[in-house]
Amino acid sequence: MLKPDRMAGALAAVLLLAVALPAQAQGKYGLGQKATPEQIAGWNIDVRPDGAGLPGGQGSVSEGNEVYDANCASCHGTFGESNSYISLTNVGARLNYATTLFDYINRAMPFPHSKALTANQVYAATAYVLNLNDIVPADFVANKDTLPKVKMPAHDKVKPFPGLMSVKGTPDVKNVACMKDCAKDVKVTASLPAGFVENLYGDIRDNFRGLQTMNEQAPPATELPGAADAKATPDVPKLLGTYACTACHAVDHKVVGPAFQDVAAKYQGNAGAVQHLTDKIRKGGSGVWGPIPMPPQSGPSDAELAAIIHWVLSQPAKK
Amino acid sequence: MDQQDPKRGRLLQAPENFLTTEGRSRRRALGGLLAGGAALLAAGSVGAAEKASAAVDPKHLPPNLPPWSQNLGKPVGADPYGVPSSFEKNIIRRSSPGLTTTTQSSVAFAPLQNLFGIITPNGLHFERDHNGRPDINPYEHRLMIHGLVREPKIYTMEDLLRFPSVSRIHFVECGANSAMEWANPSVPTVQYTHGMLSCAEWTGVPLSTLLEDAGFDTKQAKYILAEGADAAGLTRTIPISFALDDVLVAYGQNGEMLRPENGYPVRLIVPGVQGVSNVKWLRRIKVGDKPWNTREESLQYSDAMPDGSIRQYTWIQEAKSVITSPSGGQHLMDKGGYYEISGLAWSGRGQIKRVDVSTDGGKNWRTARLQTPVLDKALTRFRMDWHWDGSPALLQSRCIDSTGYVQPKMRQLREVRGTSSIYHNNAIQTWLVDAEGKVHNVEA
Repeated sequence: MLKPDRMAGALAAVLLLAVALPAQAQGKYGLGQKATPEQIAGWNIDVRPDGAGLPGGQGSVSEGNEVYDANCASCHGTFGESNSYISLTNVGARLNYATTLFDYINRAMPFPHSKALTANQVYAATAYVLNLNDIVPADFVANKDTLPKVKMPAHDKVKPFPGLMSVKGTPDVKNVACMKDCAKDVKVTASLPAGFVENLYGDIRDNFRGLQTMNEQAPPATELPGAADAKATPDVPKLLGTYACTACHAVDHKVVGPAFQDVAAKYQGNAGAVQHLTDKIRKGGSGVWGPIPMPPQSGPSDAELAAIIHWVLSQPAKK
Repeated sequence: MDQQDPKRGRLLQAPENFLTTEGRSRRRALGGLLAGGAALLAAGSVGAAEKASAAVDPKHLPPNLPPWSQNLGKPVGADPYGVPSSFEKNIIRRSSPGLTTTTQSSVAFAPLQNLFGIITPNGLHFERDHNGRPDINPYEHRLMIHGLVREPKIYTMEDLLRFPSVSRIHFVECGANSAMEWANPSVPTVQYTHGMLSCAEWTGVPLSTLLEDAGFDTKQAKYILAEGADAAGLTRTIPISFALDDVLVAYGQNGEMLRPENGYPVRLIVPGVQGVSNVKWLRRIKVGDKPWNTREESLQYSDAMPDGSIRQYTWIQEAKSVITSPSGGQHLMDKGGYYEISGLAWSGRGQIKRVDVSTDGGKNWRTARLQTPVLDKALTRFRMDWHWDGSPALLQSRCIDSTGYVQPKMRQLREVRGTSSIYHNNAIQTWLVDAEGKVHNVEA
């Protein structure tokens, strides 16, 4: 145990040390590490409207066409027209800065495997989508100097709304808390069409706890989701949804990719079909069914993929 | 309790009243088949008698003893991480059919119709992901803080769990909650109308503590960018004033670590602000002096107005309430009688001060009871007694928050914002109880 005078001395020494090291690496709690420039460079991907954060490199509209066909068309459609996903025509209608398009493609696309494009590819894809929207000419080349200067059609329409930017913002819609005789005629002005719930949602009685007296009896627990989990064979139709296969394929008609029935017809009886399709799905490819490539699929486990392929091959031929 | 009172709930009228009309007739047929009538009283679906897991067997009712009163039960700790009773298997998150194109950029709604109180159980907290849900190894997760700071830093999860921590109860509501209702009623139950809403006790480090630890530039810093470690790398701009006020870097959810679908191992909680700002799987905070105009605050999560303008940075979730019971899809089985009206109210601007309930479509209102505690930017449970007279009724709730703001009618919202909006629908919800006791989502 230090005597008081010695303690004061030690304390003074600590204080001196603190003064001598103003940029103390460990902070008040001594937690965390200093981030190195290399670490920051790898993660620092955000891009601002003023161009801050845009990397070197460049890409043209025509280069973008190739990048787009290989990576984007399978979901967005050949000309960005697909309504199944975010329509790329929204870029012209809603987006206020071209830099945001670069930032988003760079961080979140292509959907099955994001952050896989090079800076040049992202610039090119950005240029191509801007051209699809008639915002830049066909000879446009996107880079860190040109992109922030692109004037987007929606630029002047987009404005911050202070009413919802702070707790003290002024609301734009006002109601008053009337308590008695607040309305004369009250009528139902809109409701769900007859049959709508049954057709889209099925029997919704099981959405409620049967125990509560406001509900009809739900089906027994043995019929509920999860009760059949012990089943040995994977539920392929469910897997097709889980791994977004159905985004591009349907059973009996071409969507972006071929109908499962057409795949079955082509490969049924082919001894190497399972291995061939396994490779095709895992690695992706194009040319068999048209120019739009199928992206590589890493989602399904080997067992799930085998079940999917056997299911596809078992589809009856179209009549 | 008066055993003869026919209005005292169906349990006394069991078992036949559990069944649908269809089920009842099937029961009679079944009873005929099994002459003697000691059959299991099964639910209304074919083949249910054999399965019988939700059935009522008179041999288990007083004065008899059910098997669980005589058989030795399961060992203690048989379920090391407990799961709900098998009879609660219906109480699950659900996705709305046809709402999203992919299952990865999608949403699963919390079953508000089934929940009590204000806390959402972790397995039922709504889930909204943009590029699928990652499963993150917490030992390999890092949080980087950089930008306008004296010293850019990287924290491990071990670091974050050592900082001084706080726990607070807050709601999280997706900005697009009730989006499908802007033009007209379009979904059947409160799970789908309002289920992108949940509330939990969040534990973590105040973001201000970490910003100070990195030595943020108190003069130049105006905004932070929060970024997720998921495939979306989801990013949102947050004003530094929010960041220094009540934003949490949260790892705890109702006493345990976050669930993967809610951001394991660490997420941002930005109380009162659109759900999308509560960035899950948080990997990076950048301090800056201008907003970033990310895709999730320009192309998405912005509001198209009738005059063609587009509102940006509409962060605050305004005061809103909804009756969760009785609510769409329910069926008041006893014609007339006592029913408790119960629901939730919340405001991104502060506390709920009052909730009024109408059973006549807004002609007359009565003030509901508020369950304490009533907390800032948290769900508040309200309740009101209701003796249904058996005639059609239009149920509504309307809340008032600590700023005096009164929850608006749908018509009032549309007058200002049109019908092209997706986000910020905080309108008064109407449930029609028809003469049969069936409850429907309507506008009135």
